[in-house]
Amino acid sequence: MTNFGKSDQIRRTTSAVMTSLTALCTFVAVGILVIILSYIARQGIASLSFRFLVDSPRPVGEGGGIGNAILGSVVLLTLSSAFGLPVGIAVGVYLSELGKGHFAAVVRFIADTLTGIPSIVTGVFVYTILVLPMKHFSALAGGVALALIMVPIVARTTEEMLKLVPHSLREGALALGAPQWRVTLGVIIPAGASGIATGAMLAIARVSGETAPLLFTAFGSRFFNYYLDQPIASLTVQIYYYALSPYDEWHAQAWAATLVLMTLILGINIVVRFLTRKRF
Amino acid sequence: MRTALENSSDKLRFVGRGSDWRRLLSPTGNAGDAVFRGLMLSAALLVVAIGASMIFALTSDSMLSIRHFGFAFLTSREWNPIKGEFGALPFIYGTVVSSLIALLISVPLSLGIAIFLVEQAPYYVARPIGFLVELLAAIPSVVYGLWGIFVLAPFLRVYVEPRLARWLGWTPFFRGSFTGIGLLTGGIILAIMVTPIISAVVRDVLAAVPSSQREAALALGATKWETTRVVLVNGAPGIAGAVILGLGRALGETMAVTMVIGNRPQISASLFEPSYTIASAIANEFTEATQDLYLSALVELGLILFLVTFVVNGIARVLVWNVTRKTGGVARAA
Repeated sequence: MTNFGKSDQIRRTTSAVMTSLTALCTFVAVGILVIILSYIARQGIASLSFRFLVDSPRPVGEGGGIGNAILGSVVLLTLSSAFGLPVGIAVGVYLSELGKGHFAAVVRFIADTLTGIPSIVTGVFVYTILVLPMKHFSALAGGVALALIMVPIVARTTEEMLKLVPHSLREGALALGAPQWRVTLGVIIPAGASGIATGAMLAIARVSGETAPLLFTAFGSRFFNYYLDQPIASLTVQIYYYALSPYDEWHAQAWAATLVLMTLILGINIVVRFLTRKRF
Repeated sequence: MRTALENSSDKLRFVGRGSDWRRLLSPTGNAGDAVFRGLMLSAALLVVAIGASMIFALTSDSMLSIRHFGFAFLTSREWNPIKGEFGALPFIYGTVVSSLIALLISVPLSLGIAIFLVEQAPYYVARPIGFLVELLAAIPSVVYGLWGIFVLAPFLRVYVEPRLARWLGWTPFFRGSFTGIGLLTGGIILAIMVTPIISAVVRDVLAAVPSSQREAALALGATKWETTRVVLVNGAPGIAGAVILGLGRALGETMAVTMVIGNRPQISASLFEPSYTIASAIANEFTEATQDLYLSALVELGLILFLVTFVVNGIARVLVWNVTRKTGGVARAA
């Protein structure tokens, strides 16, 4: 190659150095992910057993498990999905199909900023509107707190997914004389259904890892609880208390519970990735 | 002879007559449309109502504390629930400093990741690697906290803090005993947590820069890195937005920080010292708050956090939107 002089060599060297630095950054991030996940797997498998998955917590030295926390997390996720998904999807449909002009822009802006509100603040909010009037912590309050986090996420993903549905579908259905509601419910939503479903699954994955909004809404419990107006355990809160406890046995249980939680969350993320691999 | 247009407008007028509620809700005047639009609109109104009632509930419940302490709440260093003295300055300090440490580490890292994935790596590498980086954002806060307590904190205590003290001990920032629990650990955990968020938005911003910019730079004989700099300049406002978005996330992050920052309301220049953030104060003390004033002070902390993150996120959205909207890109920020 022709030599263009010293300054040219400096430019080439700079380019090569910077290019490798960006690769190094990426390597560091992926490396951290691998370190964290492998550590969870190693520590978690050590104290995972069938009994651990179905038993409720016991005093230190007597084993015990996270059965009640798994059930509690399932109850909380069911509640929050029941409240949050329909509202979130409806808002998304409104933003994509109906809302025009300033009001829609305001709703979009509020939804976007609500996504960024710290989840602990959502917990404080639900505490003031539900826990204080009811005078005790409850599964219901926990479900509402998680639903509040889900709504803006589901709304925005639903909107983006419906916007990907080609306009010709809307025009075609309208030209056949269908009213707008039939066009939306019968044509647009089915066309965007897989996208809406993946958005919903990601929202569920996101809230299943939430701890802060549950601390003073669902609160936690050491027993199996089947009543929605009573405090209820959850995997994340259980991990938190075990992690801060001074006992090695509970630390080990925290790792095992984390493995269960991470399997759920990573499972959802990988399934979603698999389902959407064509679209992105 | 009547035209089709007149006929249809006749029909519209007929439908419209005596059915004002339908017209009010839907321009087509169809009853189904009116119900459908009404339902969707009420869901949208609910989002506005949630935002408004958050501000209202947090403000009204912190009124007691606001009246009692006024502006001094933000400037007082004394946080003593037993004496009934509540000053938020140590929490504000801890929140701001831990977030700044996080940005200091994660901004260069995220920029590097985004540049690598958008500008350098081939598609079949960028896709799976990009997914792995995004997975970092899927790990729950409490899991980062657990990892922070049992892996990161001991590592920092044994390997990093003694070295920092030896090399940089002459500054006031790296003094004191090595515990592994403190501002530095909180900042590093936050850095790991915001990196996938910042890098995801920067990726979108870089991808939205028109390729004609790259082609022009390359055609002028620019090297790979010089071309990247042209792209970075084009995306600068969006990158700023991404950083601010990361800041918003770091300011409000609760569990992981609570577990590794030490939770002591003090202001100390040394990053080895334990500290306390607004979010962790709420998480730790909310269920212990028995007096009204204590609870109200904690809700006021929540209000501060709400308002700050609302403004920070608002600014970030505007900056990111302005860049990605032009090319129809979508900000994926969660």
